[in-house]
Amino acid sequence: MQLLFESLFNGVAIGSVLLIAALGLAIVFGLMGVINLAHGELIMLGAYTTYVVQLIFKLPAMQPLYSFYVLVAIPIAFITSGVVGILLERTVIRRLYGNPLETLLATWGVSLILQQFVRSVPLAQAAGLVLALALGFSLPLLLPQKLLQGSRNRLIRFGSWCLSALVGVLFASILGSQISRIARATSRNVDVTAPKWMRGGIEWMDLTFPVPRLVIIVITIVAVLGVTWFLNRSVWGMRIRAVTQNRSMSDCLGIPTDTVDVLTFGIGSGLAGVAGVAVSLLGSVGPNVGTSYIVGCFMVVVLGGVGNLLGTVIASFAIGLLTDLIGAGRLITIWPDMPAPLERVVQFFATTSMAQVMVFALIVVFLQFRPSGLFPQKGRMVEA
Amino acid sequence: MTTLLEMRGLNTYYGESHILRDVDLTVKAGEMVCLIGRNGVGKTTLLKSLIGLLRPRRGEIVFNGIALDRQAPHQRARAGLGYVPQGREIIPQLTVEENLLLGMEALPGGLGRQRGIDPFVYDLFPILRDFLPRKGGDLSGGQQQQLAIARALLGRPKLLLLDEPTEGIQPNIVLDIESAVRQIISQAGISVLLVEQHLHFVRQADRYYAMQRGGIVASGPTQELSQAVVDRFLSV
Repeated sequence: MQLLFESLFNGVAIGSVLLIAALGLAIVFGLMGVINLAHGELIMLGAYTTYVVQLIFKLPAMQPLYSFYVLVAIPIAFITSGVVGILLERTVIRRLYGNPLETLLATWGVSLILQQFVRSVPLAQAAGLVLALALGFSLPLLLPQKLLQGSRNRLIRFGSWCLSALVGVLFASILGSQISRIARATSRNVDVTAPKWMRGGIEWMDLTFPVPRLVIIVITIVAVLGVTWFLNRSVWGMRIRAVTQNRSMSDCLGIPTDTVDVLTFGIGSGLAGVAGVAVSLLGSVGPNVGTSYIVGCFMVVVLGGVGNLLGTVIASFAIGLLTDLIGAGRLITIWPDMPAPLERVVQFFATTSMAQVMVFALIVVFLQFRPSGLFPQKGRMVEA
Repeated sequence: MTTLLEMRGLNTYYGESHILRDVDLTVKAGEMVCLIGRNGVGKTTLLKSLIGLLRPRRGEIVFNGIALDRQAPHQRARAGLGYVPQGREIIPQLTVEENLLLGMEALPGGLGRQRGIDPFVYDLFPILRDFLPRKGGDLSGGQQQQLAIARALLGRPKLLLLDEPTEGIQPNIVLDIESAVRQIISQAGISVLLVEQHLHFVRQADRYYAMQRGGIVASGPTQELSQAVVDRFLSV
């Protein structure tokens, strides 16, 4: 019984990290069909955002609220990665819709740029840049529509970008002067320390559940429920579903497809940022942290069936449970008197990295038989 | 009657092949105009150029006093063009209700400002009310056609573009659709530009344009649509 619970918990914990990391990709790749190799770097940006937020909350003025910084970091990471994603969509991906090969190369290039960016730009300035971009994108939406009509339109748009840039520079210089650790660029890994309430574990039935893992599971559940609600119940969700199923007809009905693209990509990227918060709680944060997740993300989305959120959920938990089952050598515990040659094989794969090799090999074999994943799309959409 | 739509010297290409050649066409407010011609003469291309799915290389389109040439399809829809394409193009994985709601995107402020589906569409097509929770892709061809027309009407268009609404549909539904279209014109004062092969339906229109090889070759009131013209441009 204890074994079952321990196994289940570990599997769910591994699976929920995979799921939160892959959720954004399920939208960007699954719904929009954009192969975004920079998704891992958007996760990395979310992790760095958590680090910066943590340092801000260490300032004397914010000190009393320090224990809640993780909760604040989640929406900020969402916005950070979302804004960078929107910038990416507007400048690069928009021009490459329908060209998967070019998209793949371009986004891979972007991922390298982002990795180098966090190495060679001080985090304070990066934070200022993100703030400027966020303001620049949102100001035209917040201003009254009347101001934006007529001949003054260009002037006001230009002015709002200038204002955003100014605010960004100001924010960057304040951050830089207050927190010396992010005033200079560094390529070394940084560490996010969990607040006191998130350390240790909760004991139940002779088992210890580490709190960070529990927090990640909760974040994942909330994110999945939020995305499901948004896609199936909200007006914008309906627009997104309509555009992904029949772009030209949606356009003819009066749906602004450009705006839908930006929004969809922004939300998918933002979810990568939320994943970054989760990732930062598990280990140290470095420029390459995203690279280690990207393969797993694509595996989950493909295994679950492209364009199917439920498939993504089930696939990530299946991978999580399987990884734990193989990686922790639980097969031997379950079946103690297994024949010696088999036992040696199981022992060989009973490490975290070898378990991953095994799981990926199994997925590759599985996809040979079911190329469109666990839950393939049915009906007329398949032909399109 | 005021002119609602005016096309002048429209030329549309698919890649290098010249499809529409110097098309001139007008639709007046409250008028039903029918476009006839054999398969492949460019009728659908004309409607697609009008809604903005295809960009004409030359010529201009003025609709309700606005030049449409540089506008995207969704802007044209919001300007008052309702499009019912050939093949109906129902969003397959969305329910009938969601498909109808999407029709209201063309209203000012989009869908967010609206509450509920105007029940007049259920008077026109009673069958839709029973199918609200079903997936749009699960409906039969005739039902999808009714859904597509209802969806376009919910956007309260000034001009309804119907592309072969009776193609491949059982005869009793054809009659339903015909009477619905007539009802729309008489009650709501919507203009209709109809592409049709069905002679019975063609005769309901006020005026006709006949197309051949991408150009308009004959036009006039439908009363004057003689058997000779029909034989030349319509029958296969």
